[in-house]
Amino acid sequence: MNTANNTGGLRPIRRLLWATVAGTALAFGAAALWRAFTPSDLPAPRVTGEAAIVNSYSLTDHAGRSVTPDSYDGQWQLVFFGFTFCPNICPTTLAYIASVMDILGPEADQVAPIFVTVDPARDTVDVMAEYVAAFHPRLIGLTGTEAQAAEATANFRVWYERSEGADAPDGYLMAHSGYIYLMRPDGGFDTVYREGDQPPEALADEILMRIERDERS
Amino acid sequence: MKLFLAAVCTAMFSAAALAEVVVSDPWARASILASRPGAAYLTLRSDADDRLLSATTPVADHVMIHASETDADSVARMIHLDALDLPAGRMVRFAPGGMHLMLMGLAGKLDEGASFPLTLTFERAGAITVGVPVLGVAATGPEVEP
Ligand SMILES: [Cu+2]
Repeated sequence: MNTANNTGGLRPIRRLLWATVAGTALAFGAAALWRAFTPSDLPAPRVTGEAAIVNSYSLTDHAGRSVTPDSYDGQWQLVFFGFTFCPNICPTTLAYIASVMDILGPEADQVAPIFVTVDPARDTVDVMAEYVAAFHPRLIGLTGTEAQAAEATANFRVWYERSEGADAPDGYLMAHSGYIYLMRPDGGFDTVYREGDQPPEALADEILMRIERDERS
Repeated sequence: MKLFLAAVCTAMFSAAALAEVVVSDPWARASILASRPGAAYLTLRSDADDRLLSATTPVADHVMIHASETDADSVARMIHLDALDLPAGRMVRFAPGGMHLMLMGLAGKLDEGASFPLTLTFERAGAITVGVPVLGVAATGPEVEP
């Protein structure tokens, strides 16, 4: 089984996060790393907080509209990367995000759940439309060209690989990072969660807490 | 002494003959799109040390035993297992986000409410066929399904 990585060196999200809390020197290092992997012709990135995760992309939503993070300005954004050929982790995580949206009740209006494909060749706009609708009416599916998807994954420090295997559908399986990113209404990176780490009620509480804190200030 | 050994052997053989695997809570997630792989989940418990060697179903070309491994960087990867060890008395759970039976080459979409037979072949317990109900796309298991 051969594996091919997408963009080298993007794996250590965790380590980058630790680096940023560890101190300024390391944060500068991460920033240098980020520059090293960011093509110069990207739209002005929204660098926020101390983390090296950059909420920047130019993609097409499941209704065929061109979108950038600005399209969700003013809303908290729950962003998850996956692909529709993923039978286990992706549907599990998307169903989890859907229940978080349901638990949020009326406050869900302030949250945009976003599913970005790392497999844009197979996950076309039409495929994404059918797929996201199965989970939640508010779920947004984003796809694009290979280059656009690569740019999005690089900015989010999402690591994925393609494994060639005879048994895999269409000849390849994919591995990918399982983080759910929470972005603030100004587009800045807030934090990451994983599906298995807390029940949906707990994640909904975390988001509600932030919404309330924002409203008080 | 020889007699004693023979007795032990007989005891072991009869234990093997009685070895039983209990398959519980099988279910599969409904397909959203055609020609995508599916996933089925269940719980296994064997009286004696045994191994799950393979699984087959008429609804899929082949079924793969997949573990799911998430590394320190939270990269999730599916690991193909040729066989799965079932230590005596231990509950082995296949569950969403973790170990699953991957259904490759599905003949059609798995529709919620349908069910299909799945035959599991064990090294000692032999073949066991169970009916697998298809639950909704957001299901997390048979118990919590409304
Ligand atoms: Cu699998």
